[in-house]
Amino acid sequence: MKAKAIFLASALALAGPALAADAAGALAGYQAEARKADAAFSPSASRGAQFFSARHGGEWSCSSCHGAPPTGQGKHAKTGKAIAPLAPAANAERFTDAARTEKWFRRNCNDVLGRACSGAEKADVLAYLLQARP
Amino acid sequence: MKKELFAMLLALAALPAAAHGVRVPPSPAYKAECGSCHVAYPPQLLPGASWQQLMAQLERHFGSDASLDATAQQEIGRYLAAHAGGRAAPAGAEPRITRTRWFLKEHRGEIPATKNPASCAACHKGAEDGYYED
Repeated sequence: MKAKAIFLASALALAGPALAADAAGALAGYQAEARKADAAFSPSASRGAQFFSARHGGEWSCSSCHGAPPTGQGKHAKTGKAIAPLAPAANAERFTDAARTEKWFRRNCNDVLGRACSGAEKADVLAYLLQARP
Repeated sequence: MKKELFAMLLALAALPAAAHGVRVPPSPAYKAECGSCHVAYPPQLLPGASWQQLMAQLERHFGSDASLDATAQQEIGRYLAAHAGGRAAPAGAEPRITRTRWFLKEHRGEIPATKNPASCAACHKGAEDGYYED
């Protein structure tokens, strides 16, 4: 029993980072999360594009800081500080650290939408970012 | 000759330190977390009480969610407390460096030259490295 639990824990520990070590892994993770709520969910780049440029009733959209298309350098809407490109094709470092990805979704969704983003919304945005080419 | 050159280089390297009085050791966590949206302001520009106030309301940080995980929150809080300045706290509900008496005196007549007072680097080319003497 104990051995089984240890095996399961180490398998999860191995699978966790491996799954989210790149943008495609991050997308797969959010897709799995979305399917828990809606088994028929399939990520959509066009929905993601709309979501990314919409203001959602507030002052900012994602593209206010990350630019449109998000393949070039962005600029913080308030401080003017340069932001490295968000699309993985333009910046291979993006979405390679799951904790960092979650931290920024938490902060930025709160800023743009005034709430947390759902797994489906994150999956759509990832699908959009993954097909963006510089 | 070589020795002299070395001494000269050493003196040059120490110049910013001498000019600024105390140079604060950089904190990778502070720079990574706070410096991704704006210049990682030198901790000595605000007193400890002001930093404490800022750190306690990071979810509402000048209109943005800048919340941290517990580890980063503690580490950065300790760093700011250890290197905070001794000047008076700025006026206003949110402690802004640009509202300290010191900042206003130093920048009299100069602020309109930049669009945003938060972009120190527009004028202070060494701002990213904590150097503001120019």
